[in-house]
Amino acid sequence: MVAQTQIQARADARPQGGVAPAVKMEARGVKVFYGAKQALKGIDLDVRDRQVTALIGPSGCGKSTFLRCLNRMNDTIDIARVEGLMTLDGQDIYDRSIDVVQLRARVGMVFQKPNPFPKSIYDNVSYGPKIHGLAAGKDEMDEVVEKSLQRAGLWNEVKDRLREPGTGLSGGQQQRLCIARAIAVSPEVILMDEPCSALDPIATAHIEELIDELRANYTIVIVTHNMQQAARVSQRTAFFHLGEMVEVGDTEEIFTNPHDERTQGYITGRYG
Amino acid sequence: MTDAVVSDRAVPVYQTAEFERRLRRRYAAEKRFRLYGIAAIGLALGMLAVLLGSVVAKGYTAFWQHELRLEVFFDPAEIDPQGTRDPAVLAQANYNTLARNALQSVLTDAGSRDARRAAGDLLSVGAAFELGRMVMDDPSLIGTRRVVSLPVSDEVDQLLKGNVSRALPEADRQITDRQLAWIEQLEAKGDLVSRFNTRLFTNGDSREPELAGLKAGLLGSMLTLFVTLVLAVPVGIAAAVYLEEFAPKNRLTDLIEVNINNLAAVPSIVFGLLGLAVFLNFFGMPRSAPLVGGVVLALLVLPTIIIAGRASLKAVPPSIREAALGIGASRLQVVTHHVLPLAMPGIMTGVIIGMAHALGETAPLLMIGMVAFIVDAPSGFTDAATMLPVQIFMWADSPERAFTERTSAAIMVLLGFLIAMNALAVILRKRFERRW
Repeated sequence: MVAQTQIQARADARPQGGVAPAVKMEARGVKVFYGAKQALKGIDLDVRDRQVTALIGPSGCGKSTFLRCLNRMNDTIDIARVEGLMTLDGQDIYDRSIDVVQLRARVGMVFQKPNPFPKSIYDNVSYGPKIHGLAAGKDEMDEVVEKSLQRAGLWNEVKDRLREPGTGLSGGQQQRLCIARAIAVSPEVILMDEPCSALDPIATAHIEELIDELRANYTIVIVTHNMQQAARVSQRTAFFHLGEMVEVGDTEEIFTNPHDERTQGYITGRYG
Repeated sequence: MTDAVVSDRAVPVYQTAEFERRLRRRYAAEKRFRLYGIAAIGLALGMLAVLLGSVVAKGYTAFWQHELRLEVFFDPAEIDPQGTRDPAVLAQANYNTLARNALQSVLTDAGSRDARRAAGDLLSVGAAFELGRMVMDDPSLIGTRRVVSLPVSDEVDQLLKGNVSRALPEADRQITDRQLAWIEQLEAKGDLVSRFNTRLFTNGDSREPELAGLKAGLLGSMLTLFVTLVLAVPVGIAAAVYLEEFAPKNRLTDLIEVNINNLAAVPSIVFGLLGLAVFLNFFGMPRSAPLVGGVVLALLVLPTIIIAGRASLKAVPPSIREAALGIGASRLQVVTHHVLPLAMPGIMTGVIIGMAHALGETAPLLMIGMVAFIVDAPSGFTDAATMLPVQIFMWADSPERAFTERTSAAIMVLLGFLIAMNALAVILRKRFERRW
């Protein structure tokens, strides 16, 4: 019960509707190097609160790299070096005073390939709340798990087999389990790295609906190769090309009236 | 000319004789390869069967030992003439005489002094000790007559087991014709019985084969391996985890990795020399002690455990690490909650290979004084001790005929120990195993 009110309280604390959508995360001049190779050449991008921002672009353009900067997953790669400013609610996330573990709890991530832990469905979802101490006692944990699975649209399918291994689910269910796992720690931002690329069309449609629902409570950044998907689920779209961000704007505008020639070429399928 | 080429091409390429020949060659090559594989496995299994077969065939008789059932009169005049029942007096008494008196009464022509001695030689030296122990345990035996089972000497035992032929001329065997006649007399009466040789497990080493047992070696091996396990497993796993999960990848860690791999190939006697120089000479630790043996063997198996540990940590899919990091687990939590449990089966395999290696190791123990004649089983980590392989080595070196079968029996016990250890590891591994 307490955990539920926590989730509720956080949702209430955010600006509702307002005039201009608030900026949740901000990137200014972000450069990433893998050894001597430069993967990102100075990215400026605002991620707006409770909107879906899609990052599109051809393979190797740096969109996943950028995504991984937003929760400092690049820290785990020895040869990666990040320059520039990146903020969450106005606070520099690469600042010394920032605890990277806490940051990743606030900025959750869903990966390209569903990667549930080889544990039960219940343990998959409860792991995050457990290590962050978000639920006191078993009843509360049960509630967090149920709520997270409900939000991920998986509850009805798995409520009778919570003790079965998460790896026994189908691909689409596994990905929704991973989303439930990310939601369970009450993040503010959810990063999704091509979450549907390993799924069939029906499972994809499921996830897309889910993303649309999650937008009410979470800020979402999604990397996708599928332009229809970007058009369907996002409010803002950023086009990346060769380590640069070519163009960013409202999704509708990017897809109907792109300013840059390269963007136009990519979305009309001339390359990519 | 052109027509011919065109018509050639019209024949489907994959049905020409050339292609069929190629297909046949491919099938033959595959079949040959399978045969090589089966032959290799057959050869390996055959060798193993020959090895085990010869060990078992030679050694199984050592698990039985002949005993002589004899009615002994616990003569008070011989044991305790004053009737004090003082343990010191009882311990001093000459129990050989009791045995010889008993033998004299059942054997023909055993009255003379040298006949009594020859008859007494049928029994093991240990027979008198066993009579003494009976009296010490229960002094009320004094003055009574009891039928007791006493071990026969190793020469008699070997003769009865058929390892020494009775048809040999007297000069070529250790049993005299007179003794042989007595043995046949006792056999006819049914007083020579074959019993399970418990002394093989309850006694320490002895110069007398019929009394020699493996208890000291078994206990020594257990104590030493315990020290090895306690030292090598935590250190090995910690080193593997640090190197694989936390250490920066740079020149220094590369150098460490190369050195660990090289260390695994260092001859084991070098570790023994190290133990002698460092632990005995520098730190002044006790000679022949399981503590020192365990430390030396731990050093010996550390590289194996580290290498196997790193390999199985590396085999954990990176997606699991990312998943845990992505919901805000610290690096330590990632390792202890996810990576280590998943790598555990592989690490256990490394540990068991290492421990099996340690169990069979002899050379390094040579340098730290564990190649020793140990009668009393060690009761602590600093007592003088030996290990099973060393015991086997020493028995194999003994001249008595009876030690031949005991050497093989000791090998069987060592293999049994090894199998028990492996079985335990397999059970533990099954418990840790998870699918993903």
